[in-house]
Amino acid sequence: MFDVNEIRKDFPILQREVYGKPLVYLDNAATSQKPRIVIQALTDYYEQYNSNVHRGVHALSMEATDKYEEARHKVAKFIGAPKAESVIWTRNTTESINLLAMTWGRDNILPGDEIVVTQMEHHSNHVPWQKVAQDQQAVLKVIPLTKEGTLDVSDIDSYITPKTKLVAFCHVSNSLGTINPVKMLTKKARAVGAKVLLDGAQSVPQMPVNVKELDCDFMAFSGHKMMAPTGIGGLYVKMDILEEMEPFMRGGEMVLEVWNDRATWNDLPMKFEAGTPNIADAIAMGAAVDYLSDLGMDNVRKHEAQLTEYALTEMQKIEEIDLLGPMDVDIRGGILPFHNSEIHPHDLGTFLDREAIAIRTGHHCTMPLMRAMGLVATARASLYVYNTEEEVDKLVSVLKDALRYFGDGAKRAKRTR
Amino acid sequence: MTEMDELYQELVMAHGSSPSNFHEIENADRTAEGFNPFCGDQLTLYLRIENDVITDAAFVGKGCAISKASASLMTEAVKGKTMDEAQAKFTAFHKMTTRGMEEYEADGLGDLEVLAGVTQFPTRIKCAILSWRTLESALKAEGEKVSTE
Repeated sequence: MFDVNEIRKDFPILQREVYGKPLVYLDNAATSQKPRIVIQALTDYYEQYNSNVHRGVHALSMEATDKYEEARHKVAKFIGAPKAESVIWTRNTTESINLLAMTWGRDNILPGDEIVVTQMEHHSNHVPWQKVAQDQQAVLKVIPLTKEGTLDVSDIDSYITPKTKLVAFCHVSNSLGTINPVKMLTKKARAVGAKVLLDGAQSVPQMPVNVKELDCDFMAFSGHKMMAPTGIGGLYVKMDILEEMEPFMRGGEMVLEVWNDRATWNDLPMKFEAGTPNIADAIAMGAAVDYLSDLGMDNVRKHEAQLTEYALTEMQKIEEIDLLGPMDVDIRGGILPFHNSEIHPHDLGTFLDREAIAIRTGHHCTMPLMRAMGLVATARASLYVYNTEEEVDKLVSVLKDALRYFGDGAKRAKRTR
Repeated sequence: MTEMDELYQELVMAHGSSPSNFHEIENADRTAEGFNPFCGDQLTLYLRIENDVITDAAFVGKGCAISKASASLMTEAVKGKTMDEAQAKFTAFHKMTTRGMEEYEADGLGDLEVLAGVTQFPTRIKCAILSWRTLESALKAEGEKVSTE
């Protein structure tokens, strides 16, 4: 295992103070912090070999192209993709899913077909499929949840049916922390000839993810949640499907030959990467993958599971809050949503913020889930490799202060009115 | 007083935890819906208007202490006021919450002044403004759901 205090030294931002207090960053499900080698990779690119890729004959361009494609290899290897070309660079998970919806989705989902999502999807894996369903006169089905916040698979065969063309779901829920049973759902999808899209936004950063082992057809993920810069992410597509897919955007780089009235397409993956790509951030994502690989994803997951277990135990002791999501860390990532029926998460979030504790409050881009749970918002702390038990202790102690502050305030107010 | 205490003054806590005029109005002359997409908070505002005067105002919805206190105080403040006077109060309130007390010349916001602390919390200004934006929409009878975004 690794030494968390050593890891913390690699992240310049963790040394800073907020309102004169040491930062406790527990908003990792929104975006992670960046290690120095990632920041350095950006600087190196801009200071030493900034140039366009795939088209120059000069040294800098060749260097940039090599580094850019090397990063793709690293990312492909990191997620267990058999070929580097099966990873398309995008801005983030949202763009990856939209790309898929607008290409494969429109060409393969036909009137009467069914698309299956779950009640815990992020808007980015729900709204694009609403659009495809509307445009194609297809049916969008939503797998419900159990009270514990896991998928209710008791009636799964009525959701995944011979009409199903696609089953799209998150590997780890950003709003509940639930780790979904990927292999079981994939098997169900295979049995009816449906394709599987895995939203890996929350899983790829925090656990070993191997697309070949999981047997998904598509996987979307974001760089910025796994220590890379914002603005870079990926879409994995199984090679035989990718070869059949029509381009998403058209223009430079993605063409082979162009006439006045027509064009032919470049090889994969360039066919899907029209225009000058996000070279610097892609290269920096390669550096992030190096960093995570050095730590070892088994170790990252182990740390996260241990810390999650600790946090769940400590937070369960706070009577005034309800913890959401499964309590078994074997099926839970480092995401800790909670709420109090009297005190709005926004008020709690503001109190924690003034003690330099960064958490997220709101609907977490999962309004259908909030509605299903009868809530408008929750407070969410989310952990990563650099978080410590001391930070969890700080969260628990300040949270208790906040509950007392607002609880007493409300009581006092009721007396005075 | 800490910034926290300045934001969550006793009157804010009081109106936040047990708001005034927290109910629907049957056969209201105007209703409007407000929504804060940032946090999911929502409220529905009801007005009864006779000869340009707001004779009754009430709201229902879900929100944080700041947004509920603001809506509660707002309904108290606009009752008995003409529509123009209510609009002028919004202008004054908006100035106070976005620019702060120093720039704001007190012109009879009364209890609403307890919400001045929100200027120190930029992410929370929308919470305080939501009910007022909804009021504005109701006064203009726009009939569209207003959003703080």
